[in-house]
Amino acid sequence: MAGSPRILLLDDDAAFLELYKEMLGKHLTSMPEVKTTTSAPRALSMLEAEPYNLLIVDLNMPKMDGLQILTIARRKYPHLRLVVLTGVRDEQFRTRAYAMGVDQFWIKPESDQEIGLFMESIESLLSREAQGGFRGVQSKSLVDIIQLECLSQNSCVLKISNGLIDGKIWIQTGEVIDAEAADLMAEPAFQRILGWKTGSFEILPPDPERPRTITTSYQGLLLNTAQAFDEAASQLPASAEAEQGKATFALAEIAQWPGVECVLSLRGKNAKDYYGLEDAAPVAEWLRDTLNNFQILADRLQVGQLQQVIGAGPRRKVALAAFGDAKLCIGFGPAVTAEQLKETFKNILTKWVS
Amino acid sequence: MGLLSLFSRTTRKALVHLPAGSFTVDREGKIMTSTLPQSFPEDYIRDIGRQVLECFRGAEKAHMPMAEIILHFSALKVLARELRGGAIVFLMPQTLNQPLKR
Repeated sequence: MAGSPRILLLDDDAAFLELYKEMLGKHLTSMPEVKTTTSAPRALSMLEAEPYNLLIVDLNMPKMDGLQILTIARRKYPHLRLVVLTGVRDEQFRTRAYAMGVDQFWIKPESDQEIGLFMESIESLLSREAQGGFRGVQSKSLVDIIQLECLSQNSCVLKISNGLIDGKIWIQTGEVIDAEAADLMAEPAFQRILGWKTGSFEILPPDPERPRTITTSYQGLLLNTAQAFDEAASQLPASAEAEQGKATFALAEIAQWPGVECVLSLRGKNAKDYYGLEDAAPVAEWLRDTLNNFQILADRLQVGQLQQVIGAGPRRKVALAAFGDAKLCIGFGPAVTAEQLKETFKNILTKWVS
Repeated sequence: MGLLSLFSRTTRKALVHLPAGSFTVDREGKIMTSTLPQSFPEDYIRDIGRQVLECFRGAEKAHMPMAEIILHFSALKVLARELRGGAIVFLMPQTLNQPLKR
């Protein structure tokens, strides 16, 4: 999208639209092109017809509410920045909007100071876009970002999330000084984070108080990590059969966790790996249907992503989760407590996702 | 019950607030009792009930019968207990400012 950034502003109040169109179009340094509409269906057709950088949407509107628009926009246009600008002061709607992946949630500004902050935040969103900013490692690898931060002698904290686990890397004047991910700290945590293939991250302000636990230079760290990945890749089996064997081995490893009786994982549409199950087909069908149906329900209720399903029965307890195309079902013995199940499942997910 | 709404002239579709409460459904998915407010659409309650029953039945078919399931969505927690083929379902909206559990 070359040229000035494009903003689509959706609100059922025409006077409000007029005012904000002028403010955003004339007072932002990036001089965005601002289009407005009072109708949600019209907004969707405008998004379809032309590319936009940012959609600003009200929540309370006739016919189609803002949450419905956000659900559709996030699914159809994953790179579109989304901002909610509403008069609805309700913590629940804020939570649900963030759960749907909005970038910012604003209550309609009521003072000059609030308007100033709003304008600054919009400018900041647009400038990140203009600089080729990123939402995740799909467009730039994590290695690129770390190199960039270190070469520019920056200080910051990189907060990285792969959807299920969060990790942090502390950078102080161009040097990586610490890292943490789930139960790991320092260099092992750094290597774990770099192993994540997809995710999202944000750059937080520096934390100068953080004690240094990593003394290797960032080049050394990246080199060590690359070597570790190369070694792991050279040990990977090449054939599909060997790949299947490796997956089964990984599941067998998961089955060693305390309380775990069986494991089933689904990759893509048909591939499944399992351990400790006699007849995996009906369980696979149940896993697929349950996660798919409840995600459809989540979209209908506008409650964000389905994170996990925990079930308890007389013979077994189960935990289900999806990550991208992959789905995982872990069966636990009936004696495992809810707390143990929660903790073990969290650790297994960390390993599985990595 | 709902008489005043007949005279209401509003055309604005209200945002649906997720309520906290519970409802029960029979084995056919019919809503038997509910503590949820009238403002929460019955379609939604029926949908939740139907999916929950389907999940229980699927688990049974997969030889993993379940007595209880807990669904963790980003902004909602749903707890469902099997009740002789039907279910009792609890809805617990989650917000970003939940108090931290000790």
